[in-house]
Amino acid sequence: MKPATDYLLHLADNALVLGQRNAEWCGHGPILEEDIALSNVSLDLIGQARLLYQLVASLKGGNCTEDRLAYFRETHEFRNYTLLELPHHGPLSGYAQSSMDYATTIVRNFLYSALMALLWEALEKSANADLAAIAAKSLKEVRYHLRHSRDWLVRLGDGTAESHARTQAALDHLFPYTQEFWAQSPAEAAAISAGIGVDVTTLKADWNAIVDAALGEATLVRPEVGGYVTEGKKGIHSEHLGFLLAEMQSLARAHPNAQW
Amino acid sequence: MTTALKEWPLWEIFVRSKQGLEHKHCGSLHAADAAQALEMARDVYTRRQEGVSIWVVESKAITASNPDDKGPLFDPAADKIYRHPTFYEIPEEVGHM
Repeated sequence: MKPATDYLLHLADNALVLGQRNAEWCGHGPILEEDIALSNVSLDLIGQARLLYQLVASLKGGNCTEDRLAYFRETHEFRNYTLLELPHHGPLSGYAQSSMDYATTIVRNFLYSALMALLWEALEKSANADLAAIAAKSLKEVRYHLRHSRDWLVRLGDGTAESHARTQAALDHLFPYTQEFWAQSPAEAAAISAGIGVDVTTLKADWNAIVDAALGEATLVRPEVGGYVTEGKKGIHSEHLGFLLAEMQSLARAHPNAQW
Repeated sequence: MTTALKEWPLWEIFVRSKQGLEHKHCGSLHAADAAQALEMARDVYTRRQEGVSIWVVESKAITASNPDDKGPLFDPAADKIYRHPTFYEIPEEVGHM
């Protein structure tokens, strides 16, 4: 059971944390139509997280619920990729005023959706029938997320001088974080040997093909990566996740056991 | 490289619902081009399962009648009720039409 729950939490936390991040654009989108589009993406992701948390709760039993998993775990218990918790802008000095950058949002959604379009498809064959069903539902959603983010990646990359520069900067900032995709965690290894999970490294060639084709159309340069490999999926996070969780969890913690 | 548009053109959105046979006008939105207008229409107008097919038409491609011409255009039809096929006796054998 533990290999399943650890792995499911990784998938669930990915969806919830990115869903929460993208929801920050709600009411602040660059245009009304895009505001709605991104809120739809968020709701898809939060929906995926709910299904996965419900599955974990049913496996764990006892008084475990989806809300307990989402709102009452601490930062180090979250198993999402570090990429997904980063704010919507590049690195800044501590006191710099931050404003959200749409290129950062789009590049991150593209890099993650390209992976999940492959991973959900592979997970349709998971030995866990519930996970396979969630994968089938999520696959349709993520194919749209990939279409949406890829479309904008090409428009911004092959757009004006400013949009090109900002998109390339976002890509340079975020691309190194994708190294975490391919560094297998103990939880992933256990889930793979149990037949529940998928070895993500087997998807790398296809991911590269999706990314390189889009970057080519967008006239963007794929950055060289190397150096530190983040370990969010092992619970070692950047300083940003704590703030994200504080905002997301505060209401549920102020009113525990409230009925919504 | 392209130059940025200051204003995106307006598009009229037509959605065919599951029940309906024809596409119906449901509203308009701003988008940079037709492909983007389709994507945005999906997000703005079909979030509640309203449709199974979408058409987008750039608003400027539509030629509309002038509201001031309403009298000459439409009023002359008002006293020609014989144009409605309600004065025919339908034989029993025909059944429901």
